[in-house]
Amino acid sequence: MTAQDVKQQGVGASLLRKEDDRLLRGRGQFVADIRLAGMKDVAFVRSPLAHARVNGVHVPDALRERVVIAEDLKDVKPIRAVSGLAGFKPSDQPILAFEKVRQVGELLAMCVADTRAEAEDMIEAVDLDLEELPAVHDMLAARKPGSALLHEEWGDNVFLETFVDINFEAALDAPIKVTREISTARQSMAPMEGRGTVAVWDKRMEQLVLYTGSQMPHIVRTGLAECLGLGQHQVRIVSPDVGGGFGYKGILLPEDICLGWYAMRCGHPVRWIEDRREHLTAGANCREHHYIITGYADRDGKLLGVDCEATVDSGAYSSYPFSACLEAAQVASILPGPYDFPSYRCRTWSVATNKCPILPYRGVARTGVCYAIELVMDAIARETGLEPHEVRLKNLVGPEQMPFDNITKKHFDSGDYPEALRRAMAAIDLPALRARQNEGEPDGRLIGIGQAIYCEQGAHGTSVYAGWGIPMVPGHEQATARMTPDGGLELRVGVHSHGQSMETTLPQIAHEILGIDVSRIKLVHGDTEYTPYSTGSWGSRCAVMAGGAVATASREIAKLAKGIGAHLLQAKPDQVELVDGRVVGPSGSVSLQEIAHTWYRLPQNLPDGVDPRGLEATIGHKPVRDSGTFSYAAHVAVVAVDPEMGDIEILDYVIVEDGGKLINPMVVDGQIYGGLAQGIGTALYEEMNFDASGQPLASTFADYLLPGPTEVPAPRLDHMETLAPYTEFGVKGIGEGGAIAPPAAIGNAVNDALKGLGVELTQTPMTPRRVLEAIGKAASGKAGASADMTAQGELA
Amino acid sequence: MKPVNFDYARPKDVAGVLPLIADDSRTVKIMAGGQSLGPMLNMRLVQPDLVVDITGIEELRQVVETPDAIVMGGCITHADIEDRRVPDMTRGALPAVAGGIAYRAVRNRGTIGGSITHADPSADWISILSALGATVTLRGPGGSRSVAVEDYMLGALEADLRPGEMLVSVSVPKLSVSARWGYYKSCRKTGEFAHAIGAFLVDPERGVSRAVFGATESRPIVIADARQLLGEGTATEPGRDFDSRLAGELVEAGGMSDPIDRQTHVVALRRAIQQAGSA
Ligand SMILES: Cc1cc2nc3c(=O)[nH]c(=O)nc-3n(C[C@H](O)[C@H](O)[C@H](O)COP(=O)(O)OP(=O)(O)OC[C@H]3O[C@@H](n4cnc5c(N)ncnc54)[C@H](O)[C@@H]3O)c2cc1C
Repeated sequence: MTAQDVKQQGVGASLLRKEDDRLLRGRGQFVADIRLAGMKDVAFVRSPLAHARVNGVHVPDALRERVVIAEDLKDVKPIRAVSGLAGFKPSDQPILAFEKVRQVGELLAMCVADTRAEAEDMIEAVDLDLEELPAVHDMLAARKPGSALLHEEWGDNVFLETFVDINFEAALDAPIKVTREISTARQSMAPMEGRGTVAVWDKRMEQLVLYTGSQMPHIVRTGLAECLGLGQHQVRIVSPDVGGGFGYKGILLPEDICLGWYAMRCGHPVRWIEDRREHLTAGANCREHHYIITGYADRDGKLLGVDCEATVDSGAYSSYPFSACLEAAQVASILPGPYDFPSYRCRTWSVATNKCPILPYRGVARTGVCYAIELVMDAIARETGLEPHEVRLKNLVGPEQMPFDNITKKHFDSGDYPEALRRAMAAIDLPALRARQNEGEPDGRLIGIGQAIYCEQGAHGTSVYAGWGIPMVPGHEQATARMTPDGGLELRVGVHSHGQSMETTLPQIAHEILGIDVSRIKLVHGDTEYTPYSTGSWGSRCAVMAGGAVATASREIAKLAKGIGAHLLQAKPDQVELVDGRVVGPSGSVSLQEIAHTWYRLPQNLPDGVDPRGLEATIGHKPVRDSGTFSYAAHVAVVAVDPEMGDIEILDYVIVEDGGKLINPMVVDGQIYGGLAQGIGTALYEEMNFDASGQPLASTFADYLLPGPTEVPAPRLDHMETLAPYTEFGVKGIGEGGAIAPPAAIGNAVNDALKGLGVELTQTPMTPRRVLEAIGKAASGKAGASADMTAQGELA
Repeated sequence: MKPVNFDYARPKDVAGVLPLIADDSRTVKIMAGGQSLGPMLNMRLVQPDLVVDITGIEELRQVVETPDAIVMGGCITHADIEDRRVPDMTRGALPAVAGGIAYRAVRNRGTIGGSITHADPSADWISILSALGATVTLRGPGGSRSVAVEDYMLGALEADLRPGEMLVSVSVPKLSVSARWGYYKSCRKTGEFAHAIGAFLVDPERGVSRAVFGATESRPIVIADARQLLGEGTATEPGRDFDSRLAGELVEAGGMSDPIDRQTHVVALRRAIQQAGSA
């Protein structure tokens, strides 16, 4: 192999994705593709009410054997995800509800039949005796005394309240003070593939086997075993191809436990494939934040302080393993974003409501936080009369300050934030756009320019999560590397790919070190039976953690191979080197293939003292510092707003991202595109509304709008590659970033477009109706009781 | 989301359908493209004993040209019209509107008869066909009758189908060479149902000037003589003097109480009219 070939496959190569060969041909294997002999289908009886006392669940005698109800599960423990943060109130999420239901869609019974349609027929025969209670649907009202209570024993509806004050008083005299009420809608994660599980008791292995699309198979195993009272050796989780996860597929669901319990007793496999209605109304909620935030600045736009009250609607239960407070409590620590300022105060509430639990979604908490702080930065810019990017440049942490501990003690590892913003702004022609904006569009639309910048902490480890005290704290990430007798390589990792391309990128890392052709490197993941323990794929951690582990294990293989190679070359180990897949010594060279062949098939040719570990290594890895990598990006959006219809069109979108060393730049671009699409969803389309009785109002994609290909512009991408100082190759986690900034960048662009009308939108999604309402409100505010309610004076 | 168990029939002609749908001892549902009925079955909003698939009926797939109209069988698909397998006598109006319905996969199956019978106020055919002055022909135990499209729709999801009746064809008047039309729909994303529709036809030779506010809460609001809205606007610039105030009053009188809905509908119609001018 030539040096040229190495570059085409190793770290930094835009190698085509290995997994695409099967995925793009429709030959993947997802949970719903799995067929086991005798398998039966499951449908759940779900609560039609958001909050009710359960007086009875009556099953006709003829069906009783094939219906599971709460009293059957007496020995099963509820799901309990605690947090070690002081004052956190845990909840017990029942597997099947008994005393009370606390959300629409909560499980009351499980029906088993030959087909899903027949199982749904059975649902109609189950009689529910529910006594409706007042629903808690508004997180702000839920905080107030006198609200109905979800968990009566708490005395209020607050999972956790946090407070931080860092020299806040000092900001109070600032000459500029802007206060905004800002909110992001509740969303549904909506991966292409929903949840699904096939459960079967393996008699030979004496194991409960769950096939379930999971980002975190090992965590699911631990949680499931604990609820069912099994030893963890008695549970095997197999996660096949996963059609998107975004956080939803990390969560331990009551459905899984119910299926597992039944599979242990019924003698045949059972499966549940979540349908879209279940997904939208009962499962995958995320994002709902509310902020009252004040920015304090001087007249030059220098930020002097931030004060914030943030509330997160955490839903009915604390979900496993991330708990109910991950979002809100994180808000306090990440709200300062990439800005350097001296005074800060933040109070947060994680509030229980009669909605499904809030789950960590791509960009966890950061999307809301970025929207809040970046809207405030633009408001300060308008107040000072400066260009928004000038205000940002005055406040961004500078490259000369790196590494930098910010006001909440986040350790920024590296980077040049101002440069990212300057480059993104250079990509658009601001003076020309301002001139065009002043002139006005021929079609009457209003154009605006918006920007947002954020940092994404990825792969944060033990030191960070020990403080949270949730059921899962990441330690060393392990990988196994093992040469095969023909000179190929197997890599085993406990994380799981749900779109991250790890079947390609992790072999690229091994190739970089060992020179083995990527086509001969097999990634084994998604099966607790075959992989080392791991907390799994979340928090933009796989490239840094699993990638680091693969690098470490590959180096170990290199060392072992050199030992054998040195012997074959009659040289000393320190006289040989591994170059492009060959061990080279003073007198000649030997390929890894020959080395593997010798170890496995011709051991008679090895000396007695050969290292008995052979060509296999399992080894743990942690970055030099585990406080996380800090990738970041500047997003700039140019939009046109139709003031008559309220429509928003994205005319141009620029992203300048710094992900440190890019293992596979094409894969990084793909992650950014996908994240951008979701961010645009947050900004303009997606909204899971509830009525006052706690009923979800969107149960199909006709009501829950996702952006499609025609709604997502082709962004212009540029990369900076400031190497991370603490990780292998200088890699930083980037998986979530694309989804973080778009609401802020687009929101600021919309507000820039509408500034002449005195209009500011501070709520996502920015729907046409919200645009028109805001315009109408501003106009009526300006014109008093004038009849001219609209921008164009169309109507009385 | 699986339908209840139902029987299925696929008659070869309309005569084979009529006795099936006349049987009131069981719930019978006609299925054309299935693009609206399918989801309703899956969500169990309809739970029929029998589904009668009418897509195998030759008569319903036929197009007949008369001296002043084009008559399409009820099972002509949106794609048939978009691709001009149905000859266009509307100066491009029908193919253009067809191409903007949903996504191609839906257009391949969805039918014109199914769409107007489903009577979703936000759908496209009901609005443009009302503007063009189309009629539908229904056949039942008592024979055939024809009604104007806008009268066929009684309200949201409610068509004027009497027991045992089905829609067999849609008749669209041929436009004169000097006719102009405009169609503007407001929706948030490609393939989404509309939030506001404006449709406009001016055909001076036939003495027609019709305007429609569509995607209302219920039936489209049809302005049979749109000249009142146009003021002194000329044929090439019909939107110049568009009377927004009067238009607002008309939609309000049509039952639209929300001011933002009124604004978007008035703007949609104004833009449709402007489009007709620039055609
Ligand atoms: C994702 C999606 C997006 C869509 N977007 C749009 C859009 O943007 N604009 C739009 O206009 N439409 C849209 N539609 C609807 C689509 O146009 C359907 O084609 C239409 O609603 C129904 O036509 P169909 O032939 O599928 O009827 P079916 O679903 O088969 O039937 C609909 C109803 O009409 C009855 N019926 C059908 N034919 C007859 C007949 N000949 N006589 C009597 N009764 C009959 C059925 O019993 C049923 O009640 C969308 C649909 C989908 C799935």
